[in-house]
Amino acid sequence: MKLIFEKGNLNRGLDLMPECDVPVTHVSTGFERKKELNLPHVSETEISRHYTKLVKRTFGVNNGFYPLGSCTMKYNPKINDEIARLPGFSDVHPLQPVHTVQGCLEAYQLADKYLCKITGMDAMDFQPAAGAHGEFTGLKLIWAYHQERNDTKRDKIIVPDSAHGTNPASAAMAGFSVINVPSTAEGFVDVEALRKVVGEDTAGFMLTNPNTIGLFEEHILEITNIIHEAGGLNYYDGANLNAIMGVARPGDMGFDVVHLNLHKTFSTPHGGGGPGSGPVGCKELLVKYLPTPRIIENDGILTFEDKNEKSIGRVKDFYGNFLVVVRALTYMMTLGSEGLKNASENAVLNANYMMHMLKDTFDIPFGNGRCMHEFVMSLEKLKKEKSVSALDFAKALLDYDIHPPTMYFPLIVHEALMVEPTETETKETLDEVIAIYKEVYNKACNDPDAMHKSPTTTPIGRPDEVNAARNPILRY
Amino acid sequence: MSKEFLFAKSHEWVQFLDDTRARIGISDYAQSELGDLVFISLPEEGDEVAVGETFADVESVKAVSNVYSPVTGIVKAINENLLDQPELVNSDAMDAWFIEVENISDRGDLLSEEEYKKLIAE
Repeated sequence: MKLIFEKGNLNRGLDLMPECDVPVTHVSTGFERKKELNLPHVSETEISRHYTKLVKRTFGVNNGFYPLGSCTMKYNPKINDEIARLPGFSDVHPLQPVHTVQGCLEAYQLADKYLCKITGMDAMDFQPAAGAHGEFTGLKLIWAYHQERNDTKRDKIIVPDSAHGTNPASAAMAGFSVINVPSTAEGFVDVEALRKVVGEDTAGFMLTNPNTIGLFEEHILEITNIIHEAGGLNYYDGANLNAIMGVARPGDMGFDVVHLNLHKTFSTPHGGGGPGSGPVGCKELLVKYLPTPRIIENDGILTFEDKNEKSIGRVKDFYGNFLVVVRALTYMMTLGSEGLKNASENAVLNANYMMHMLKDTFDIPFGNGRCMHEFVMSLEKLKKEKSVSALDFAKALLDYDIHPPTMYFPLIVHEALMVEPTETETKETLDEVIAIYKEVYNKACNDPDAMHKSPTTTPIGRPDEVNAARNPILRY
Repeated sequence: MSKEFLFAKSHEWVQFLDDTRARIGISDYAQSELGDLVFISLPEEGDEVAVGETFADVESVKAVSNVYSPVTGIVKAINENLLDQPELVNSDAMDAWFIEVENISDRGDLLSEEEYKKLIAE
């Protein structure tokens, strides 16, 4: 398929772009462009066909089942976009005087209030533009907390071996060194092992609950207490919040700081550039360290406050990905507190239904037949006996026009497939998918060679991942 | 040179050249579990390595994993070929040594080839 730059003809153009309605100014002498910018010169027909073709080659939640574990690929209701498109939200500029954007700042305040209520935190900050950005920001709060108390030897962040890869990466990025704690045979944080690694150098502990196996940490209060007693703080990775909205709150579990992924839990666009939004929430003891500027109310006017010497400083150029927050706010206000709780309950119900229907065919090593919003299957036996790997299985699913689950994660499960159906799938869809999973499993047993050749119906077969990683070509 | 390979439970092999010198790599089982390697990072000559501590990491299309040292000693040489051609580990893991260690003062619990084969069969 040709790129848009390879199409068209210099003399061709289209009328989609509006006429320039501002005076043309000359850039400073010496900075003028010597060559014309290489922009596509295509007709409206060409551009329309080009993007329609691209749409056909991609796969999203609007196309079909997308159970990417730990990613919460739920349906994004169209009303979110409708509200985000309102001119009061969309025709604004971040440098406008604050008295002209009071409604926008109020939207931030409302989202702050609701997310604090859902997480049990005292304040939210919307600057971080994605989950890992939120992790980095939250860890910097922990760093600032210890610094101010002159407790500077606390330089270790503890993470479980089942953690999302971003947890240790963010900790290292924020200047900490990382200690791993193992999981028990049942898939929980090993409390005794945790007790052994905490000490005077413990800065904090990162956990997602339910954890990446899809289990609710039964000893969560004991775990967070061990960290607090050692003088550290507890960080909640909000990746799996979709299992517990309106049912349990990180703040009540002993967490001091959280990040949320609005693009997961709160139904905003996800993948393909999103953009994401990873607000950070914290308890009162960390509020003074939150990034500046902060939105505050002053004489009945909402405004940005910049002066705070204890703040870790700015983490994004402008204040957050605003329209993503508007979409998340729309989602929360559409569902209400009962609706959010129902969403979580249905997410858990859907995962348990699938897990139950699949447990006689697949090896599901953890949970004793119960899970939260996701579950993990191991295809180790299939790989050993039939040489069909989790990758082969995932590729074969593509021929059924459904997206495969997350593969090879968490790392503590061999040949892992991690399934998170989310609450927005119907029972009919789940039944269809369960039948497909079983059919593909049988195929793997009876005709393993065919599995190695799949997919056969997609625009491309198996991309050369190894070559792509070894010799990446990252620009046109 | 002794042909005998010893193994750590964390899937590294050690081949002792004499009492205080050894080469270290990862087992064939480890490379097959990881899949095609795309990147290997190695320590520098003169670095210290210690039993059970990470001295290198390997990245495949699936995941990044730590490689743990089965011995305590000083890095005498690294196999620079692996930096440009990580695929050498996939094609012959037992030949593709990562580092050579000298002044070995300690070694972890090491398994014989037979014992290691039993372990991975479990």
